[in-house]
Amino acid sequence: MKRLLMLFCFFFATGVSAAAAPTPDVLVRNVTNEVLEIVRADKAIQSGDTARVLGLVNDKVLPHFDFRRMTMLAVGRDWRSATPEQQARLTEAFRTLLVRTYSNALTQYRDQTIDFRPFRMAADETRVQVRTEVRQPGGQPIGIDYMLEKKADDSWKVFDVIVAGVSLVTNYRSSFAEEVRAGGVDGLIRSLESKNRSLEAEQAQS
Amino acid sequence: MSTRMKTGEKAGSSSGRRSFRVAAAVVLSAALLGGCAATRNNPDDPLEGYNRAMFTINDRVDRAVLKPAAEVYRTVLPSPARTAAGNFFSNLRDPWISVNNLLQGKFTDAWTDAMRFVFNSTLGLAGLIDIASDMGLPKHDEDFGQTLGAWGVGEGPYFVVPLLGPSTVRDTLALPVDFAGDPLDAVDEVRTRNSLTATRVVDARARALGVEKTLEEGTLDAYGYARDFYLEQRRYKVSDGETTRVYEDFDDGFEDETSPAN
Repeated sequence: MKRLLMLFCFFFATGVSAAAAPTPDVLVRNVTNEVLEIVRADKAIQSGDTARVLGLVNDKVLPHFDFRRMTMLAVGRDWRSATPEQQARLTEAFRTLLVRTYSNALTQYRDQTIDFRPFRMAADETRVQVRTEVRQPGGQPIGIDYMLEKKADDSWKVFDVIVAGVSLVTNYRSSFAEEVRAGGVDGLIRSLESKNRSLEAEQAQS
Repeated sequence: MSTRMKTGEKAGSSSGRRSFRVAAAVVLSAALLGGCAATRNNPDDPLEGYNRAMFTINDRVDRAVLKPAAEVYRTVLPSPARTAAGNFFSNLRDPWISVNNLLQGKFTDAWTDAMRFVFNSTLGLAGLIDIASDMGLPKHDEDFGQTLGAWGVGEGPYFVVPLLGPSTVRDTLALPVDFAGDPLDAVDEVRTRNSLTATRVVDARARALGVEKTLEEGTLDAYGYARDFYLEQRRYKVSDGETTRVYEDFDDGFEDETSPAN
């Protein structure tokens, strides 16, 4: 009986610590399931309500992303020549672009299902990949993999999303480098910010 | 069955040769055009001048014809019907996928593909239901361009094919072989073949509705993004997912870290 009680306490304790800092696979699964459940139940999001889906993404998804790291990877070696202020503006502009684009994609979500692939990690690992697969009836399954890094506070943050084998972050690198070559880091910031403004205006109209 | 396949093979190979000549002519003239056009700095894309022009033309054709057709298709056909159509066309591709796995020495995958075709064509009601996936026989994605890649053939310059879109010179030259290995190409009745082919194209496009919007909204240069996406995805497929990703840290030091994409 005493042993059983100890076992119970053990489970309880590990359960609590897992809730404080979930392992990366649990984190990805929980966030995915929670967001999709909301989308599935929300007629406004399904009919393309941008403000509503942005709110959902802001609340549930963004806290688990490291946008500074993502922006650095998208910009590439030009990041080194950017001032801290430029880096902050780049991060802000890139975050806005990504969030808007992929939030809109979320409104397209219908009858797909997500498979979570088996996950293993060593206790001391600080960078892992969590693999999922989107199954759509009648179509080829699409892999969506999340790269996560462990932060100083023991939380895990996503810094890359790989869709069908392609990094949605580093795939920006050649076009960003092109912008920097043409107009410097400020030129890239201007392009990103004007792109965001035109999207915002478009969405305000519709 | 056997006599039909024979005539099918014949029709396939002759039209294969025809499309090979067309593809070769297209690649050649594009190379000449690209040589004249002002080239930029991307080493993967020496034909950028031609490619950008063709990308724009393809985009216009898509907006005028294919996308509207796909929208009608999605509106008119209920979801279960579209699923059945997708399964049907997907099933027809499995024998050719099996052949390509065989050519690449992946015998287990080739066997799986063949079994998929057998089960889906019979128990799955001529491919309308994908019961093989539920039986634990996963769908693979292979084509002759990937087989060439697996054999060590380099991809060559990036190349936008008229109407078909992003490709490389290697993958474009492989297309006629894929057409020859396509069961639809073996359908002798012209009208049936054409309408089946058209339905397959529209069905595939209907599955990708919304992609063009994401591309338009999410990038500074849709052309460059589509190019890099295609190239990275092809390399991933050719290596069957065994690519190594590099995640540098540009914040401190000059050491580049690598991490395998296990």
